[in-house]
Amino acid sequence: MKRKQTSKVSLKRLLQDNSVPIMFVLICLICLPLAGYSPAYLLNELVTRMGRNTFLILALLIPIMAGMGLNFGMTLGAMAGEIALILVVDWQIWGIPGIILAMIISIPISVLLGLFCGNLLNKAKGREMVTSYFISYFMNGVYQLVVLFLMGSIIPIMHSTLKLPRGYGIRNTVSLLSMRQQLDNLLAINVGGVKIPVLTFLIIAVLCLVIVWFRRTKLGQDMRAVAQDMNVARDAGINVDRTRIIAIVMSTVVAGFGMIIYLQNLGNFPTYSAHTQIGTFSIAALLVGGASVEKASIGNAFLGVTLFHMMFILAPEAGTAITGDSMIGEYFRTFVSYGVITVALIMYESRKHRAKSQTGYLLALAQKEEEARAK
Amino acid sequence: MDKTDMEKTLENRDLMERFSFASRFGLPRTIIAGFVLLLFIMAPIVGADLTMQVGNVINRFSWNAVLVLAMVPMIHSGCSLNFGIPLGIIAGLLGGTLAIQLGATGPVSFFIAILLATPFALLLGGGYGWLLNRIKGGEMMIATYVGLASIAFMCMMWLLLPYTSPTMVWGLSGKGLRTTISLDGFYGGALANFLAIPIDPANGLYFPTGAILFFALLAFGMWAFLHTKTGTAMTAVGSNPLFARASGINVDKMRLLSVIMSTWLGAVGILVYQQGFGFMQLYMAPNNMTLPTVAAILIGGAAVNKATIPHVIIGTILYQSVVTLTPTVMTAMIHMDVSEVVRIIISNGMIVYALTRKVKGGSR
Amino acid sequence: MENNNAPLLEMRNIKKDFFGNQVLSDINITLGPGEVLGLVGENGAGKSTLMKILFGMDVIRETGGYEGEIRLNGQVVKFATPFEALAAGIGMVHQEFSLIPGFTAAENILLNREPTKPNIVSQVFGPRLDTLDYKAISQRADQAIDKMGVKISGDMVISDMPVGHKQFTEIARELSKDQLKLLILDEPTAVLTEKEAEALLTSIRNMSAQGISVIFITHRLHEILSVCNTVVVMRDGYVVKEAPAKELDVQEITRWMVGRNVESAAAAEVRELPDAKTIMSIRKLWVDMPGETVRNIDLDIKEGEILGIGGLAGQGKLGIPNGIMGLYEAGGTVEFEGKPIPLNSPRKCLDASLAFVSEDRRGVGLLLDESLEWNVAFGAMQIQNKFLKKFGLFTWRDERAIRAVTDKYIDELKIKCTGSRQKAKELSGGNQQKVCLAKAFALQPKFLFVSEPTRGIDVGAKALVLEALKRFNREFGVTVVVISSELEELRQCCDRIAIVSGGRVAGILPATESSEAFGTLMVSQVV
Repeated sequence: MKRKQTSKVSLKRLLQDNSVPIMFVLICLICLPLAGYSPAYLLNELVTRMGRNTFLILALLIPIMAGMGLNFGMTLGAMAGEIALILVVDWQIWGIPGIILAMIISIPISVLLGLFCGNLLNKAKGREMVTSYFISYFMNGVYQLVVLFLMGSIIPIMHSTLKLPRGYGIRNTVSLLSMRQQLDNLLAINVGGVKIPVLTFLIIAVLCLVIVWFRRTKLGQDMRAVAQDMNVARDAGINVDRTRIIAIVMSTVVAGFGMIIYLQNLGNFPTYSAHTQIGTFSIAALLVGGASVEKASIGNAFLGVTLFHMMFILAPEAGTAITGDSMIGEYFRTFVSYGVITVALIMYESRKHRAKSQTGYLLALAQKEEEARAK
Repeated sequence: MDKTDMEKTLENRDLMERFSFASRFGLPRTIIAGFVLLLFIMAPIVGADLTMQVGNVINRFSWNAVLVLAMVPMIHSGCSLNFGIPLGIIAGLLGGTLAIQLGATGPVSFFIAILLATPFALLLGGGYGWLLNRIKGGEMMIATYVGLASIAFMCMMWLLLPYTSPTMVWGLSGKGLRTTISLDGFYGGALANFLAIPIDPANGLYFPTGAILFFALLAFGMWAFLHTKTGTAMTAVGSNPLFARASGINVDKMRLLSVIMSTWLGAVGILVYQQGFGFMQLYMAPNNMTLPTVAAILIGGAAVNKATIPHVIIGTILYQSVVTLTPTVMTAMIHMDVSEVVRIIISNGMIVYALTRKVKGGSR
Repeated sequence: MENNNAPLLEMRNIKKDFFGNQVLSDINITLGPGEVLGLVGENGAGKSTLMKILFGMDVIRETGGYEGEIRLNGQVVKFATPFEALAAGIGMVHQEFSLIPGFTAAENILLNREPTKPNIVSQVFGPRLDTLDYKAISQRADQAIDKMGVKISGDMVISDMPVGHKQFTEIARELSKDQLKLLILDEPTAVLTEKEAEALLTSIRNMSAQGISVIFITHRLHEILSVCNTVVVMRDGYVVKEAPAKELDVQEITRWMVGRNVESAAAAEVRELPDAKTIMSIRKLWVDMPGETVRNIDLDIKEGEILGIGGLAGQGKLGIPNGIMGLYEAGGTVEFEGKPIPLNSPRKCLDASLAFVSEDRRGVGLLLDESLEWNVAFGAMQIQNKFLKKFGLFTWRDERAIRAVTDKYIDELKIKCTGSRQKAKELSGGNQQKVCLAKAFALQPKFLFVSEPTRGIDVGAKALVLEALKRFNREFGVTVVVISSELEELRQCCDRIAIVSGGRVAGILPATESSEAFGTLMVSQVV
């Protein structure tokens, strides 16, 4: 539907609204010559990382649409994906069928975790982000309990190669050699030395289409209404709590798929730490793309994944070139990821406060006008 | 008239809700206290040395209590849980490293470190407080990320700052601080060894009289502060900022003061922790201090906007008991070392529980 | 079965009490199809409660339901939720907008009733995944807008709209419901410009011509006269007058609205203080208090008097003390004892020996989670360094002095509590109000603002509170300004009463003046 917008677009507004992406373009431009990578290498890396990460980042869009902010609880989906992969690896189902089966198994786990998270978030309206952040840590504990202690002792794990020598619990690294880059290699084409994982991109494209379509459904409309004013939505008969839970469940399921795509590209994963930073990095990437806590588009996701990972590739080398210490770059990119989230959160909160003081000014103005007229 | 009566009913309903809350409130604390009790009972049965365990709990209490105490001012002024405590820790680390760099040794270096950390704590706390006043209502999430970002920033700084003391920098390159620095000969045990009473000297177990006294001193100071005019005003700000404002209190100033106090206590807290632990940990290590501290005060019975000294003491004892006893007792019982998992679940579960409880009174 | 002879709506012997406090007694109202009924009365007369009963609002059921019966087309109905009322063809436009700011008018009009098209996915996962039919949405929205007879654009985003259009969007939402037979408009013109209000009246006539009945609540009496068939005047929970609009004029309605036994209670004690000097003079004051905006007020307050400030809700009377005491943003000048008082700074006001008892007891007035001792002594401690004692370097709370002063006020004001250590939240409304007064008294101010002192408290406590205020004024010579929606109460304790209407002072009269005169002032500049 067309919307009449009365707000004008000015260059200053444009720069202000896109200050974060512009800053990142600058960082990348500065790092680019310092790192000294060849364009082909750079492009190859970038394309790989795009294929690896974009799906995960898209998982964040729906909760933002439902007004629940950045879903730090997407980590829950990542855990579901990992558990599914461990099981599939143990059942020795290789290649594409293994990936598909893992995705299918991840669904019920994700739904369960999403329901848990969504219900808790309904009890913490107004502070969803910090709550989802700690729910993800809490669930990390439960994940460890399941994977480190219950797998092999209660949940049957057949193959000892997966298990710790003590007989239960999963080893620190799970190898996905059997399905490594299977998705990426199928239909892959090579353009000027750059491998393009066509199928992965196709899957991402399908998800994008689904999101676009979803926005036009009744449920999507309800989510947007809930995001803007829960009370009005409730008065109109929309089941607010349920709508919010659905948003979280959807995000968790998508994150689960995203994690499986991410891990099949890497080819193995550290069992107990693969998911810990996923939330932070995905959220930082989305924000780098110009999204905010209340508003994010598919475009933001793509731009963000490009810029953020460009920085990720370049920073260590550039850092080494400047200071002679390779760790500096590592720390720098951690700092930037956290920094971007911090800045986005501060902008979001301070904007809420600024809107207040406007009306008083208008009132004083109206009174002055009135007096002028009286004279 | 109709409106007024409806208000009255709502009040009544509020009252009822409050009473049911009061009864529900103690539940997780009761469970954890019961769990700790069980651990203590089981300890001798599974063959663990109870004296040793109790001694350990006391020692760990003396390391951590000041850090937990650092939560109190900010909770009192309504800035909620101080997830930004890494800022205080950074100030403490700067003080500690500078004290060593400047050649201070022995127990005196502990107090020099506090002295050197103070300006950093005031500066960082001031900036942090200024920021938190701009974003009232969103403190917790932003504090978390301010903490994380500043830790990452300091990681770069530890590498780049021109420290030269051979005890601290990497031996090979001669620059960049080590990840772990031994405090032997510096302020390791500075407090704990003061008037230490032997419990089990064979195993190196002493009662850390000095450290406990130091905590008692700070806790008394805090208690006294909360009984002054300013302290009263700070509590009122946390209890109901609108009331405080209408009573002529400068709410922002009170909050700023509380943040600075919290940050300074955080700096002192990490130095106390280090003197007990015997090592200084840099880089990502401060990250691991936030959660136990926040969880401890919540387990002690504090809420997002209410905390007292007994909360600090009870919370630290309970939390440290869980941490100390689970590895030995649980492992002996079920032959699995689930202590780490138990710790993660308890501390984060406690925080999630506190966040999902309705907060009454304090409106934005 | 629909009974064609029965009127559309009949309310018979409606009674409602909130915990023994009768707010509606024997209300009978009849409304035929296509008729417009004007419902007028002072705040608290029972209009809103009556409409809430009709609309099945939760609060009615939660407070014990109502007596009497409501018939719709001759059928007895009892709505458990507003949704049932909606289904039965009753629509209501509330005073507060209930719109999604980022949606277009059309999307808002059809919120949660959007026409959709099924698709493959929705066949499997349910109708919530149907795609929206945007064409049908804008079509049906336009139809509803046409019904109103007002031109607004369906694809305009709400946040970009002038206030009037938002109001029309709300009305269009009700009109878009096919089953709509009865529309309740609760002060719809309060936010409209004159032109927009005129357009609204036209659209009410349009609806009426299409057979939709309207209940129209407003304080603008001429609107009632120009558009309604019947006028119902309520006062203190009774219908005091029901007559065809043709037979009434504004004066008469006003008289019915406020006219109770004029020589009531205690107007006897009213003093005239011709020689008293002005203690506070307010010039060009504006206050940005949401819902209680004050515009350009000039007011002089005499030393030693009790001044009442009255007026209908939302007209700005509450904005005056809140603005002067620095709780909401304000501008203009306020002089106290000849010295200017800086605005927007509560501390400066308190330092100048002003005190304020807020109407928002639980939000602003009390530390609910703290003891009575804290509540009573806090202000005096912080502002005047009372109740403190030196102890070496530190200055501590003097707990004994705090206890003493709290006990004194518990005694004096008859605060019912288990002791001075009890938490404020555990007291009843009336006793909480007394604690608020004690807090202000403990400051020993020269000048006291008391906002809605009797709101939400029972009759006994009411008398006690007013008596305490009077005594405080008489014994200590403190100037008191009482702000209240209840005129009778002001007339009982004040010397003069200023009436605020439309954010301005409409006039100041001695408390002995007739109710009618006050009533006329109340509705004089209503916005």
